[in-house]
Amino acid sequence: MVNKVYKSSAEAISDVKDGAVIMFGGFGLAGIPQNLIRALYKKGTRNITVISNNPGSRLGDNEYGLAPLFKEGRVRKFIGSYPAATKSFKELYDAGMVELELVPQGTLAERIRAKGSGIGGFYVKTGAGTLLAEGKETRAINGEQYILEYPLEADFAFVKAYKSDRCGNLVYRYTGANFNPLMAMAAAVTIAEAEEVVDAGELDPSTIHTPAIFVDRIVKGERYDRWYE
Amino acid sequence: MTAGMNEKDMARRAAAEIGDGYYVNLGIGMPTLVLDYVPADKLVFFHTENGLLGMGGFAQKGETHPDLVDAAKQPVTCIQGASFFASDISFAMVRGGHIDLAIMGAYQVSEKGDLANWTAPGMLPSIGGAMDIVAGVRRIIVMMTHTTKDGRPKIVKKLTYPVTGYGCVSMIITNLCVLDVTGEGLVLKELAPGVSAHDVINSTGAALIIPEKP
Repeated sequence: MVNKVYKSSAEAISDVKDGAVIMFGGFGLAGIPQNLIRALYKKGTRNITVISNNPGSRLGDNEYGLAPLFKEGRVRKFIGSYPAATKSFKELYDAGMVELELVPQGTLAERIRAKGSGIGGFYVKTGAGTLLAEGKETRAINGEQYILEYPLEADFAFVKAYKSDRCGNLVYRYTGANFNPLMAMAAAVTIAEAEEVVDAGELDPSTIHTPAIFVDRIVKGERYDRWYE
Repeated sequence: MTAGMNEKDMARRAAAEIGDGYYVNLGIGMPTLVLDYVPADKLVFFHTENGLLGMGGFAQKGETHPDLVDAAKQPVTCIQGASFFASDISFAMVRGGHIDLAIMGAYQVSEKGDLANWTAPGMLPSIGGAMDIVAGVRRIIVMMTHTTKDGRPKIVKKLTYPVTGYGCVSMIITNLCVLDVTGEGLVLKELAPGVSAHDVINSTGAALIIPEKP
């Protein structure tokens, strides 16, 4: 019988190869798949394309989440909305060592959702007439300018849930959902880590945020850092 | 400078634009001060684009949760009646015209209400949700210092910084005054205490319409 539950984060990501395109859920440090990120860091994977709202996050003098991957020069390209606050990214960017595709946050969400939903593109008002619209097809609809945006795809999505059942039904908590449910739909392989993994039937089916069909692998996160006092 | 409004005065003035039952998005930085000045008799839902409607305030030590933050990634609380949702729903609220008001900071605003607040020459560009917000939120108020730190006007005839959105700003609240952006141009609506119309004109890089005194 199919078993989606892996024993460790390392095992769950063991087939991620150099050059992989990976979506990482999370906003700042909320809802980031911190165990899968640590496992990827330990594995030494290089030349990664990161799709994520932020390239890690700064708190005081330290940077967490995806930042160590940038600091170690493991990332070839970042596609996201807000890199400025992360020093590890800025240093790499200033040195010309990483490519940046800047995407407005709502457009980022929708491009990911489009891929997961079988939508080939969409027209959106966001960014029309700005630097971020350069080279994009524009169209006037009901007298307003829209730009054409295309789906974003990935080899893997690393997502973080509060709870998962053994089938892969996911529940998020507070602002921990953010990009996670969208990325879970969009990637070729979705790997979910959860604070708790429970048996089928233990989650109320009416409260599932991400249905199991979108989740390929599940792992119970080994360690959850809290960051804030 | 002693004349004019300080940040708290500006936040109090911006809060007066919030109606009962409003859904409001606050930008990072100075606009977050507005949270403290909403009258208790108004029910206001503050939206943070990372997925919360009904933000309370900044979380104190002991009440933080790593998965409960605002758009600036600071730990926050939520009010009774709040809801959480994913980024696609959050930006459906934003772009779909469901949010009543956004209060944002700015580098520059033009006399036509064009807004620049996402990047400047030499900066690592970052956009977050700013372009989505100006594309869809029903009313945009800018809250900013009237001039740059070295005294140059931030209210200008034409933007020199990269644009966030065209014609999107409807009101500007600064330490010197309140301006309405109208089809005819910038109208001086209110002066801060101790500030003259002449002071405002001297600090502004665009033409102002000054209504006759009553």
